[in-house]
Amino acid sequence: MAAPLRSLSRAWRPSKCFPSARTYSTHPPNARLNTEIDYKTTPLLHHTSSTCLANPELPESAKSSTTSRQNLFQSVNSALAHALRSNDSTLLFGEDVAFGGVFRCSMNLATEFGSERVFNTPLSEQGIVGFAIGCAMEGMRPIAEIQFADYVYPAFDQLVNEAAKVRYRAGTNPGMHAGGLVVRMPAGGVGHGALYHSQSPEALFTHIPGLRVVIPRSPVQAKGLLLASIECNDPVVFLEPKILYRAAVEQVPVAAYTLPLDKAEILKQGSDVTIISYGTPLYTCQKALEAAEKDFGISCELIDLRTIYPWDRETVVKSVSKTGRAVIVHESMINAGVGAEVAATIQEGCFLTLEAPVQRICGWSTHMGLVYERFNVPDVARIYDGIKKAIQY
Amino acid sequence: MYFRHGCRRVAPSKVLPIGARNAPITYPTRAPRRWSSVSQRPGSDHLVFPGAVDSKFTTNLAFERPSEKTAMPTFRIMDQDGKIIDKDREPLVVTDEEAIKWYKDMLTVSILDIIMFEAQRQGRLSFYMVSAGEEGIAVGSSAALSPADVIFAQYRETGIFQQRGFPLSAFMSQLFCNKNDVGRGRNMPVHYGSKELNIHTISSPLATQIPQAAGAAYALKLQDALAGKSPEERRVVACYFGEGAASEGDFHAALNIAATRSTPCIFICRNNGFAISTPTLEQYRGDGIASRGIGYGIDTIRVDGNDIFAVREATKRAREMALGLDNDGNGEPRPILIEAMSYRVSHHSTSDDSFAYRARVEVEDWKRRDNPITRLRKYLESRSAWDEGREKEVRAAIRKDVLKAFAEAEGEKRPPLRSLWEDVYENVTEEQEAQIKEMGRILEEYKDEYDVEEFEGGRNGLFKA
Ligand SMILES: Cc1ncc(C[n+]2csc(CCOP(=O)(O)OP(=O)(O)O)c2C)c(N)n1
Ligand SMILES: [Mg+2]
Repeated sequence: MAAPLRSLSRAWRPSKCFPSARTYSTHPPNARLNTEIDYKTTPLLHHTSSTCLANPELPESAKSSTTSRQNLFQSVNSALAHALRSNDSTLLFGEDVAFGGVFRCSMNLATEFGSERVFNTPLSEQGIVGFAIGCAMEGMRPIAEIQFADYVYPAFDQLVNEAAKVRYRAGTNPGMHAGGLVVRMPAGGVGHGALYHSQSPEALFTHIPGLRVVIPRSPVQAKGLLLASIECNDPVVFLEPKILYRAAVEQVPVAAYTLPLDKAEILKQGSDVTIISYGTPLYTCQKALEAAEKDFGISCELIDLRTIYPWDRETVVKSVSKTGRAVIVHESMINAGVGAEVAATIQEGCFLTLEAPVQRICGWSTHMGLVYERFNVPDVARIYDGIKKAIQY
Repeated sequence: MYFRHGCRRVAPSKVLPIGARNAPITYPTRAPRRWSSVSQRPGSDHLVFPGAVDSKFTTNLAFERPSEKTAMPTFRIMDQDGKIIDKDREPLVVTDEEAIKWYKDMLTVSILDIIMFEAQRQGRLSFYMVSAGEEGIAVGSSAALSPADVIFAQYRETGIFQQRGFPLSAFMSQLFCNKNDVGRGRNMPVHYGSKELNIHTISSPLATQIPQAAGAAYALKLQDALAGKSPEERRVVACYFGEGAASEGDFHAALNIAATRSTPCIFICRNNGFAISTPTLEQYRGDGIASRGIGYGIDTIRVDGNDIFAVREATKRAREMALGLDNDGNGEPRPILIEAMSYRVSHHSTSDDSFAYRARVEVEDWKRRDNPITRLRKYLESRSAWDEGREKEVRAAIRKDVLKAFAEAEGEKRPPLRSLWEDVYENVTEEQEAQIKEMGRILEEYKDEYDVEEFEGGRNGLFKA
């Protein structure tokens, strides 16, 4: 923490570089669990072309294609490009989208597809989403970008009262729905986003029948799930873990492909405890389970929900019926979070086989105060402890 | 106790201090527009209908075309060279001493900005936003307000805090999230707030503060009348926002409700040409933000934001009008809209590289052309109230003070860990208390996994002293 304070106050030279005064990213010297996630080696990412193409969910056309190394914003970009190229009805818009977006997801798309189809909107989320719903209701496939998930609330009325209910209220009127609408938004913590650049509001949308809620964990998943969302005839809220835009890099099929919107994915088979999560915390879960397996001689199953609502209850219930223990992990607040729904479903579906209470390791019931983020977002130690509690109950 | 509205207008001086709590209270408020309760008078040449009063009938099929209207003028007092333009105008009621205070405030903001922007680049703080080019709007308008007036800001108005006397140590404590930060290290840098200075804490979601300002102004109006304050003692609310934020529904809701409830609220839009990368051309098609005020029935002015005198004069007048102290307002409070024009010469924030969407020469050109600081300096120099020697001396002194505050704040401990849970509710809840306990257990059981030393009290900071 000690900084060369005196040298700074004596002679401030803007060009001269001082080491950072606060150690934001390094871990305590003796830490074994809460060390940094190594995205270069994590088994959750495809570091080679062959493991990537071996994915059984890929269609033959993708399996026989080549791969390229992409991070998550690049794979989102290639999915958007494919959607715009393959269907004239696809539109892409939002605040600052034209120059590439503040997270670079729409880079070069305005140039390639023109300003009629890829454009900046005025600064109004309710306007963006309402406009997008109208486009969808008249048969277009609008992809609306909300600059940060934290700023989706002005559009809440449009999403909850309109997008989710258009089909239901139209009844047997054919084709009257908001399908084709995808609302993309970067979500989750990055370490220094504080109250309004860190939120994960998925649970607010999973409460709303009529909306599909999707959160990808990696570049490969983002591309396939986004293309499936764009093809889907129901409105989709698509939350992109923004810390992964640059951090998660893997081999991604060059060809277009979709991934199922109704299936969770078992990332690792195991027999003693099921860990259920989605998005960024999966990487933390992976580290925690590696340590727990070594320390306790157990084997853990890891499940990525991917589609948070409607969700794949069967895969989760089957897994917990087998292991008898469940640990649910998410970044957003524990109170009335996605974990509450999953835990209740496990309780209903696996009551007689449960060996321990379902553990929830989540954000605390508070806001994301800037300097406290690392104590709020579930870390490896807290997840490890949750596994330990489930095992030793 | 109840408030009755739409009652007959009462001159402000006649509003009595309210002693009897349960007596009905009357307010100085606009006499309701009268329209006939019966239908259209036969032969009338006017539409008589609630909602469009005094509209003449016409047989000419013609649409009003904004493109045919001349743009609203831009008020200025001094030109780019710091010369007073209209010599016949009543003389400026500004002493050199006052002008020098504003000049120093603008300089301080500018120097603070340069140092903190660079410090962010070096990784010493997570984020920063400068107000380069817009110092005059913040300092000039703030200087026209009374310290008791309540302010809601967006984020590029550091000059307000400086003008009201926010100490450098307070800026630095917020920026470095240390234990002296009144925001408890919770907010991103530049999200200052001060009860003492009557400035509400800055919140990142855009435009949310604008309807709040209208409500706050209504509260002040009722409270000040209740307290029997003289017109001179009454307060207004000033609300700042960018031209981008003015696209949000909240802006429109705010102006309309402020007008209908006759609130003493001054809306100050900083039109700097950009909302991150989005130029005004893609933000709106009307005549700036000012034209919208007219639509809501709000008295509006556009000013040259690089002319601190113009900003200050306009705000001063706006304040009188907002309180109903002018002659043409029937003595009744009302909202005012000011649109202050000044190009954003900086990047949006430290997270932005604006040369990805605008030409470097365009920015350089603007920088060379005009600037509120150099304008005021030229004015002061022309009056021999300032010179190169004083400039050097003052700049060096400000820099020294900023760096001293920087050094003192940066190494300070962070607030105690308990602050993660505090202030969500008035009191920490039972559930939160259990979570704090659980965190305490984790920190104890997994000691090596956490560095808690930078927080006041370390692990013990979780628990009440
Ligand atoms: C509701 C909401 N939407 C989007 C954002 C992201 N955002 C932060 S600043 C900004 C641009 C604001 O432009 P303007 O109001 O003109 O202010 P300026 O930055 O030019 O001072 C945007 C889009 C936000 N903070 N809040
Ligand atoms: Mg702007």
